[in-house]
Amino acid sequence: MPDKNLQANTHRPAPRASTRPRSRIVSALDDALRPHEPVSRQTYLSGVILSTAVIAFVWIVLSYGGIVPPLFLPSPSDVVRAAVALFREGSLLIHARASLSVIVTGWALAVVAAVPLGILMGTLKFVEALVEPVVDFVRYLPVSAMIPLLILYIGIGTAEKVAVIFIGTFFQLVLLVADVSANVSKDLLDSAYTLGAKRGTVFSRVLVPATLPGVMDNLRITMGWAWTYLIVAELVASDRGLGYLILDSMRGLYTDRIFVGLFVIGLLGLGFDIIFKRLHRILLPWSPKI
Amino acid sequence: MTAVAAKLTIKDVTVTFQRRRGGSVVAVDSLDLMVRDKEFVCIVGPSGCGKSTLLRIIAGLTRPTTGEVVLDGIQVSGPGADRGMVFQSYTLFPWLTVEGNVEFGPRLSGQPPELCTRIAKRYIDLVGLSGFEHSYPKELSGGMMQRAAIARALANDPEILLMDEPFGALDAQTRTLMQELLLSVWEQTHKTVLFVTHDIEEAVLLADRVYVMTARPGRIKREIKVSLPRPRTVGVLDSEEFLRFRREVQQSIREESLKVLSAKEEGG
Repeated sequence: MPDKNLQANTHRPAPRASTRPRSRIVSALDDALRPHEPVSRQTYLSGVILSTAVIAFVWIVLSYGGIVPPLFLPSPSDVVRAAVALFREGSLLIHARASLSVIVTGWALAVVAAVPLGILMGTLKFVEALVEPVVDFVRYLPVSAMIPLLILYIGIGTAEKVAVIFIGTFFQLVLLVADVSANVSKDLLDSAYTLGAKRGTVFSRVLVPATLPGVMDNLRITMGWAWTYLIVAELVASDRGLGYLILDSMRGLYTDRIFVGLFVIGLLGLGFDIIFKRLHRILLPWSPKI
Repeated sequence: MTAVAAKLTIKDVTVTFQRRRGGSVVAVDSLDLMVRDKEFVCIVGPSGCGKSTLLRIIAGLTRPTTGEVVLDGIQVSGPGADRGMVFQSYTLFPWLTVEGNVEFGPRLSGQPPELCTRIAKRYIDLVGLSGFEHSYPKELSGGMMQRAAIARALANDPEILLMDEPFGALDAQTRTLMQELLLSVWEQTHKTVLFVTHDIEEAVLLADRVYVMTARPGRIKREIKVSLPRPRTVGVLDSEEFLRFRREVQQSIREESLKVLSAKEEGG
């Protein structure tokens, strides 16, 4: 050690990196961890694979290694077997379809109502005054706290679950869209006026298209939240759906089936996310966000 | 003033903004100015002197507290296609291509689509953007976006073109190129232009006449006729005459700044 120090001192004080070549992993990590810098596709993919592999590895060790009993953590093969069985029975499709139809209906109704209202609210101060107090109040009420009321009013059928999704997404989406439309540059509107546009035209041909990328983003985000509310809705007074599947499996201690339910929800969510990103790219090729 | 009738007249315009906590600020104070037909007029002044406010009033985007704006004998009461405007910020519609942006005005006025496309093409060529008709704004540089914005304003064939520091956000090299481009566009179209800037050199290079504004509250301090020969190029920047005009404008603004400064010292 002293020798090495001596050598370093007598030579010109070059930075360490040039005297000793850094290992490839260190330099790759160094490249990968610079804030806000893009990384190569290869580095990105290796990150994706790494996290997935670690989770899979831990799962495999814990389950096959017998560290955690199958009652708490079924092995991957147990889960696959349970998935195949549920699929063969036909119940997996029934549950998935039930959940999908509830979620898509509730979310779409919320979108149809919330997007125009949000755009108006972000644009017209008077509409903001009308809407904001109510929305801000309801927004803080947990949707699950309203389920008893909803059951009382609408019963325990599909309509009640659709209502849960609607309430859960509508109030959030109104505020998100209002924020998007409030942030549309005023100069953009003024340019349209100086080009001869009247108020109505400015709304339809400038304000609405200008909000589309932001609205699209928020549709994706609220769809994610809708899944959360769906499970809440299906855990209470329900006879089908992925949430019901999970709850029902718990009663029989079919942990493997619970895992199947979770996986299906995760995969469907991932699927929706990919669809939304694709749609954004196809429908709004001009968007600065892509 | 002269035999040529005024195209645009601003009579005794005052703008007062109400402060939130009460009280008010006079942004523009009983200001008069006029622009003749086919004239290129620049307004220079220190930042915050209300020159952008003045332009917005002429565009009809802001209402004056008192006074009136008259274009071609008709009093301005709101925004309209007869007064085109180019802003300092990038205001192309991002969802439209360059062509779609330039066509925006003609389409609003209900002209047939083929004609709109022809008009758009003409002005896209004029600002040197041919080949980029189908590009979206996000694919353009700042200078290209401002060129497209100029084409968009011109495609409407306005009576007067209002320009609010349109090159203010561009780097120095691009700005010089844009000034040259604007000079050549003006030679070809002879639009009446009212151009606001804080760049003295830019004002002298472009204008037939320069109005110097005072610091807030904005008034017209001086009017300087720039009798440099046309057509002009950036070559004129080195001429003795140019420097003389520039010095004159500079002197005028400097006096103003000094006055503001000493007033502050006395008051403070």
